[in-house]
Amino acid sequence: MARTHVSGTFKILWKPKLGLDKEGDRMQEAVLQEEVHEEKIDLKLWRQILQLAKPYRRYVVFAILGTVAMAAGDALFPYMTKVAIDRFIVPETTEGLPLFSVGFGILVVMQSLNVYIFIKMAGKIESGVTYTIRKVGFEHLHKLSFSFYDKRAAGWLLARLTSDVNRLGEIISWSLIDLLWGGVAMIFYAIVMFTMNWRLALLTIVVLPVLAVASVYFQKQILRAYRNVRKMNSKITGAFSEGIMGATTTKILSREEENLQEFKTLTGGLRASSIRAATFSALYLPIVLMLGSIGTSLTLWAGGNGVVAGTITYGVLVAFASYTIQFFEPVREIARIFAELQMAHAAAERVMGLINTEPEIQDRPGLKDEWPYLEGAVEFENVSFAYNPLEPVLSDFNLKVRPGQTIALVGETGSGKSTIVNLACRFYEPTSGRILIDGVDYRERPVKWLQSNLGYVLQSPHLFSGTIRENIRYGRLQASDEEVERAATLVNAHEFIVKLPQGYDTEVGEGGGLLSTGQKQLISFARAILADPRIFVLDEATSSIDTETEMLIQDAIRKVLQGRTSFIIAHRLSTVRSADVILVIRDGKVQEKGNHNELMAAKGYYYRLYTNQFLEG
Amino acid sequence: MKSIRILWNYMGKNRLLYLGAILSVGLASLASISAPLVIRITIDNIIGDEPLAAPLLIRNFVENIGQAFWVPGIVLIIITIFRGLFMFLRGRLASQASEGIAKNIRDRVYNHIQHLPYKYHKEADSGDLMQRCTSDVETIRRFLGVQLVEMGSSLFMVVLIISIMLRADRRMTMLSVITLPIIFAFAILFFLKVKKAFREADEAEAALTTVLQENLTGIRVVRAFANQDYEIDRFDEKNQVNRDKLYHLIWLLACYWGGSDLMAFFQIALVVISGTYFAAQGEITMGTMALFTTYIGMLVWPVRQLGRLLTDLGKAVVAADRLQEILDEPREELVENSEQPPVTGDIVFDNVCFGYEPGQRVLENVSFEVKAGQTVALLGHTGSGKSSLVHLLARLYDYEEGSIKIGGRELKTIDKRWMRKNVAVVSQEPFLFAKTIRENITLASGNVDDEELYAICQQAAIHDVILSFSQGYDTLVGERGVSVSGGQRQRIAIARALITHSPILIFDDSLSAVDTETDVAIQRALEKRSDKTTTFLISHRITSLAGADLILVLDHGRIVQSGTHDELMKVDGPYARIWDIQNTLEAEIRA
Repeated sequence: MARTHVSGTFKILWKPKLGLDKEGDRMQEAVLQEEVHEEKIDLKLWRQILQLAKPYRRYVVFAILGTVAMAAGDALFPYMTKVAIDRFIVPETTEGLPLFSVGFGILVVMQSLNVYIFIKMAGKIESGVTYTIRKVGFEHLHKLSFSFYDKRAAGWLLARLTSDVNRLGEIISWSLIDLLWGGVAMIFYAIVMFTMNWRLALLTIVVLPVLAVASVYFQKQILRAYRNVRKMNSKITGAFSEGIMGATTTKILSREEENLQEFKTLTGGLRASSIRAATFSALYLPIVLMLGSIGTSLTLWAGGNGVVAGTITYGVLVAFASYTIQFFEPVREIARIFAELQMAHAAAERVMGLINTEPEIQDRPGLKDEWPYLEGAVEFENVSFAYNPLEPVLSDFNLKVRPGQTIALVGETGSGKSTIVNLACRFYEPTSGRILIDGVDYRERPVKWLQSNLGYVLQSPHLFSGTIRENIRYGRLQASDEEVERAATLVNAHEFIVKLPQGYDTEVGEGGGLLSTGQKQLISFARAILADPRIFVLDEATSSIDTETEMLIQDAIRKVLQGRTSFIIAHRLSTVRSADVILVIRDGKVQEKGNHNELMAAKGYYYRLYTNQFLEG
Repeated sequence: MKSIRILWNYMGKNRLLYLGAILSVGLASLASISAPLVIRITIDNIIGDEPLAAPLLIRNFVENIGQAFWVPGIVLIIITIFRGLFMFLRGRLASQASEGIAKNIRDRVYNHIQHLPYKYHKEADSGDLMQRCTSDVETIRRFLGVQLVEMGSSLFMVVLIISIMLRADRRMTMLSVITLPIIFAFAILFFLKVKKAFREADEAEAALTTVLQENLTGIRVVRAFANQDYEIDRFDEKNQVNRDKLYHLIWLLACYWGGSDLMAFFQIALVVISGTYFAAQGEITMGTMALFTTYIGMLVWPVRQLGRLLTDLGKAVVAADRLQEILDEPREELVENSEQPPVTGDIVFDNVCFGYEPGQRVLENVSFEVKAGQTVALLGHTGSGKSSLVHLLARLYDYEEGSIKIGGRELKTIDKRWMRKNVAVVSQEPFLFAKTIRENITLASGNVDDEELYAICQQAAIHDVILSFSQGYDTLVGERGVSVSGGQRQRIAIARALITHSPILIFDDSLSAVDTETDVAIQRALEKRSDKTTTFLISHRITSLAGADLILVLDHGRIVQSGTHDELMKVDGPYARIWDIQNTLEAEIRA
């Protein structure tokens, strides 16, 4: 009754259907960035992960009970054959057969029940653990500062909380339980075999060490080969993505042939590495079987002689023939899981690394929750800042902004404009010096105090999937429909919104792909104005918008700025002109400062920048 | 049936390899079922003294070995070696075949996609296309490489075992197969039913991923409105749904495996008990009994597999259909004629009409004339037809009426790819490939020496930026390399266009993300270039257009104004109006 054990094949049978194997496609860059870790298993790390599985202790206990019972059942099946032969066939009697049948029936029902419990509990643990790790991870993501996000691509982070967490969940549920099954089953098999006939048992397990070594070697090679396949696969996914997204570019450049050649190299590589991986797996099972057949042959030889000599019963011989084959199954399982555990280590490290990252910006301990109304006075006091210690971006920066003033920041990309804004918003904190909000160092207040009074409109407005109404309401979740529409009307968005087929209930599509850039900007202004922030930050876009929409936007900006302290990374002339203070930033320093008329009179950099617009006029 | 023919066609030249794999499957199955026979013979005929019902050759062999038990042992090992060999061949050949097939499909689909017309790509849902190119190909590969072979192997086993069983004992055989149809049907029914649960689990995970992704890309927006708690709740909701759907799915599977195990174990128990009964009654030999108890295990599990595999056939068929939909899209006719006349920048539009959909004209009776070396500026609303007009020049679309003459030749008679090699287009949101910057710039030009490359990049005002990257021109662009801003991207694309020295150059709003100062620098550099190049400029920044030799103002596909800046400024029309709006401050500066 050699059968492939349910838990081992189970994963292979249904996991692909769940779509979990698509991780490679979805997270292509994750695989590319996946450094090859193959160190020894770090116990501390796994202990921490097991901590996260703590709420599911109850299920773990049941899973263990089910697994142990299942291993016992597996060990009992060949034994039943032995009993049948020695008890009934050889003595040629059917006396007691009904009782035997009942016993067998009970075993059958028990074993099916064990299988059910085992899978159900593993399912509870897997779904629960992935849920918990994801929840903890997501909540932690919202505590981390922007410096963390600046260093990591969104795709990389996404892969941590999707494919890596899935892998961890699988490992903790299926792999650990399978490992347990393997260990327990081996012990049970050994016990039954040694009680039946210890000499024969010894002969059978002679090949065991060889099998163990071969299994460990092959499982490692197989996993490594498949990892290569995954890497190649993600490259091909990347190439497909380029081929599709860049199809029009390819056409314009007439580059179809060259692209196809490059693509063929990739697919050829994938074919080669896939065949290599398949060859390794195709080699492994025959080797196991051959080793197994040596065990069976030895049993047959010694057992046959034993039966003839009368030292061994027929039943024992037949049962041993089954055990020699079955005994190898747990060994293979254990080897597979150890290989998997080593590979999963990298995933575990990345996920836990994310959860263990200390947020750089945290509230000081012991801050109370209630704080006064934020007026909007901002003061930079000898502020220096560097993203990394070797390259200071800002040094000894001083600026005093009264409530309601508009500050325009002008300068080239990389000059430090955004840094000033990021510091003012407390997305970063100064390396040295202080930033005072309403006369108090903002580090003495909770992060939320400032940030809940902040409005922020980005260069490329980011909308969430959902309707336009939901997107505007994002500014203040409690706002009524009337308030949403009032905000939209104020920034000139109402008119185009009601013209859409579904009006405010139009889905914006992922990333707002269905709306034009100008429309998205207007919606993001409505969102900001609904939030009614005390401090407003605008990163103006240089994007190309036709003149009429441009005028609507300028009008919207004017309304949004009214009565708020504002920082604007400015590109539009009208906004620059009407600012109370214009700062021309170059290489992290304020090169010019003043209002429009003062700077024009100074005939410096600002003057040149400004007049350039009209040089051809 | 059509889909199965499609799958058959995909196999192509790999059919022979496949045949080898199937043959190996058969031989491996044969070897695996003969191992229990050896055990049976050992028990019945070597240890016991039952007469052996076998061909004379085997009978003689068995009689000759007497009680030398090492002989069946060796025979068993030899059989296993054969079995192993064929199993290996099966795996190896099947993977060679399926990987070859997958490669062919991938190459074919990729190439086909590249050759689909411009219009197709403008309207295509790229996510859906991606899905088809990756998951669907993968589904077919897995089906051909693993599932089909497994199915063949299971079928072989079932047929061979039942026929051997029948020879050994008819009544026992009947008892051995009694629940098999039920197990088989149960598997098929279950996996058909459970599809919904699989889909729901997939969808729940996708929904979760969407929220996560939005949070990661929009983290600043979330923080700026202090909506962290709201997002955490939103995520938790999706996370819970995902957890419950996943658990529900696994629970269904637990029911299935538990249920089908119950039936399978029941079948095994039935064979063991009835075998015992018959053997005890002396109706069958002990060897036969041992044979049945071994074979029943080899029979039950493949039958269960078979049911599941059959439901996978459905998925492969759907995947093949979805791929075929792409392959059935007509390709763009590239070599309808192979005329490759020298292309110059002398362009004449004569009453050109064009529309993407029949009856909806995007361009209406457009006529104008440009001489080589001149600059044409196009101004108009979004959707006024500016981009369509320049796309006609690159033969990305074909005009319906009227005529376009390039250097005196009708555009339609010139080879499309030849035309594209002579028209350099820079779009507003240019696409860069995941290659180095140098490779990206020289994509269309082939190898260029450094001196020229640098000169071109200086004209495009991007040279200094490139040098500031750690790896200079060898810096990788994209996810794995440096991320370039929109303006830098546009300038790299401009360099990519300039380096081809095409006689016709099109800037389709391609300086929009560049600051004014750089814009001016690039315009100056362009003016200094050879006066043979005809340049088309599309921009909303009216000052960028003012220096053109010919300014065309488009509205709803018609040219409403044309002339030079000075001419247009004299008339009260859209050009002068837009100019005034954008330059309300002009007077102040001049003052």
